[in-house]
Amino acid sequence: METLLVVAPFAVPALGALGYAAAGWRRATAGLAAVAAVLSLLAAALLAREVVVRGPLEAGPLLRADAVSAFMLIAIAAVAVLVALATPAHLATELAAGRIEPRTATRHVVLVQAFLAAMALAVLAADLGVLWVAVEGTTIVTAFLVGQRRTRAAVEAAWKYVVICSAGIALALLGIVVLNHASAHSGTGAGLDWAALAVAAPQLDPGVTRIAVVLLVVGFGAKAGLAPLHAWLPDAHSQAPAPVSALMSGVLLSVAFYAVLRVKVVSDAVLGPGFARALLLAAALASLVIAASLLIAQRDYKRMLAYSSIEHMGLLALGAAVGGPLATAAVLLHVLGHGLAKSVLFLGAGRVLQLTGTSRIADVRGLAAGQPVLAGSIGLGVLALIGLPPFSLFASELGIARAGFGSGTGWAVAAALLLVVVIGAALVNHTSRMVLGPRREGPGAAPAPQPLPRATAVALVAGLAACVALGLTTGPLTGLLAAAAEILTGAP
Amino acid sequence: MVHAIQLLNLAAGALLLTAVLVLWRRELPVIVRVFAVQGVALAALVAALAREEGSAELAAVAVGCLVLRGAVLPWLLRRALAGAGEVQRETRPVINVATSLLAAAALTLLALAVSRPLVDLAPTPASRAVPFAIAVVLIGFLVLVTRRHAVSQLVGFLLMDNGITAVGFLTTSGIGLVVEIGVALDVLLVVLVLQVLTGRMREAFGDTDLDELRELHD
Repeated sequence: METLLVVAPFAVPALGALGYAAAGWRRATAGLAAVAAVLSLLAAALLAREVVVRGPLEAGPLLRADAVSAFMLIAIAAVAVLVALATPAHLATELAAGRIEPRTATRHVVLVQAFLAAMALAVLAADLGVLWVAVEGTTIVTAFLVGQRRTRAAVEAAWKYVVICSAGIALALLGIVVLNHASAHSGTGAGLDWAALAVAAPQLDPGVTRIAVVLLVVGFGAKAGLAPLHAWLPDAHSQAPAPVSALMSGVLLSVAFYAVLRVKVVSDAVLGPGFARALLLAAALASLVIAASLLIAQRDYKRMLAYSSIEHMGLLALGAAVGGPLATAAVLLHVLGHGLAKSVLFLGAGRVLQLTGTSRIADVRGLAAGQPVLAGSIGLGVLALIGLPPFSLFASELGIARAGFGSGTGWAVAAALLLVVVIGAALVNHTSRMVLGPRREGPGAAPAPQPLPRATAVALVAGLAACVALGLTTGPLTGLLAAAAEILTGAP
Repeated sequence: MVHAIQLLNLAAGALLLTAVLVLWRRELPVIVRVFAVQGVALAALVAALAREEGSAELAAVAVGCLVLRGAVLPWLLRRALAGAGEVQRETRPVINVATSLLAAAALTLLALAVSRPLVDLAPTPASRAVPFAIAVVLIGFLVLVTRRHAVSQLVGFLLMDNGITAVGFLTTSGIGLVVEIGVALDVLLVVLVLQVLTGRMREAFGDTDLDELRELHD
């Protein structure tokens, strides 16, 4: 029973991938992804209830679910539900327009399910090595999704994505190897199990661990889109099909960041909190500066959303650097809030791209006149992203800022808030021009009066509603968040 | 026992030498051949460790290493090269050969400095060879960032991976069989993915010179 609970969130999408591989993408199988996503969400919720009451559950030596894993599983499954709702209409439109073949559609849904399974495996891994294999696995399965359209831009984005992410994550592998060296000579038999590593911390050699932590933070940070190895992100996220961008931006970045959070627990125990804090603060501020400088004059709305993801990863790094239970709980809440808001925006942006045929901000005008629900979702989604109440990103950013001013990192938080304001202004400026204003005349400029598919509308509205609900109260997630923050701060 | 240690040092030296050769030569078929030699050197290194420790498991890993890195990966690279078009030379590296060799020397010194704590933790003959392996990782990274041909970048990535694998075996005789197999599988798949992308790049660009990659920018 215990094993089943732990394995289910990973097994459901894996079975989904097999199902699609066997049956192909047809009208009859279109709902399979949504069913799998809802089942995954249920499994994650059951698992969350169990781990809050009973503590970490194990399945064999390589898999373990604790409160942090359960929370990440909920975030993955929640975004997966939204994406699964919008995918059938997206693929149908692409097929009807002749941009993809039926074979490509089948491959798309198989790879997306495999992608979800790899992410679930990453957060369930008890061993840093397995975590690495799963994260690198996500790069492999998403490579062809990014390059799906086979245009010059798409192939270029896929190449950069695989090369930069694989090289970055190779640094993380070197870090794992080095950490294994420290662990093997500590005489504790901890191996690479991160829970055992945290316990064995007093016996780990600090000099060797320091090298390992730098490599791990830079390596997994590359996959999380943190500076300095962020260059692949805007290309990959803007070229991937909308449902894939939503998953990559909404949860894959956070799954990679989850690895950084786990590494930080070991680092804090061996080297004290100052070391990881300095690394993360540098990455956070650099990411925010890059996001701000490239957002101000951004001309492409999908790239705009991608740079906004770099901003939010920077905020997660800032929260992790601040540390402590309040900031850590806020970081986790931010993961979920950002996942929901960003996937709504990418799904909406994908629809806009299908309607207008352009991803240039300047060519999209007056969306609100022809597409009220779509335009409303995009407008509200951007307000959520810039951290306005009542959306949950307001609560989480406030939590990070409050904890930061109370913990001696006030200067960094102040600088970050300034950059967040600049980014917010840029986002609102670009989006308001797309959403409001008169409709432009001329071919390809004004959205054709096609109704928004009902399932897509449900996904957009549900994502925003969930984001608002989380902003008002964390409700049943409160206990889970507290337990997860306790694990990540190493508090008893 | 002395023989095993001599073989170990010889293999570690060969690892570094082949990495430098990759940096020196510009003909891609030669680079792929040098890479295959490095795979054999890595397998020899693992075999030497297996002999020193008398471990049958490590001996099996050495054979796996020989097959994957000495044969399968070079074969995939040759196929990528065949699909890459007429340009079989690295025509315009970002920095010239003389500078890259100087950079390689600097990186080797850096590797020696950085890996001090690793050697000090357990000063065995095996871990004394760790700086060489780290130097291979750094040179691989240099190849990756300064070369413009798709196949050269692929080789750069694989040099990094060979170096990391060597560090793993030299420090602790590997990081667990499940993870080891997972890593090998991931590397193989990455190379397959990149090989397919090389073909598509030729379809889309008519070339695999990554200088053409400038559609996407801000």
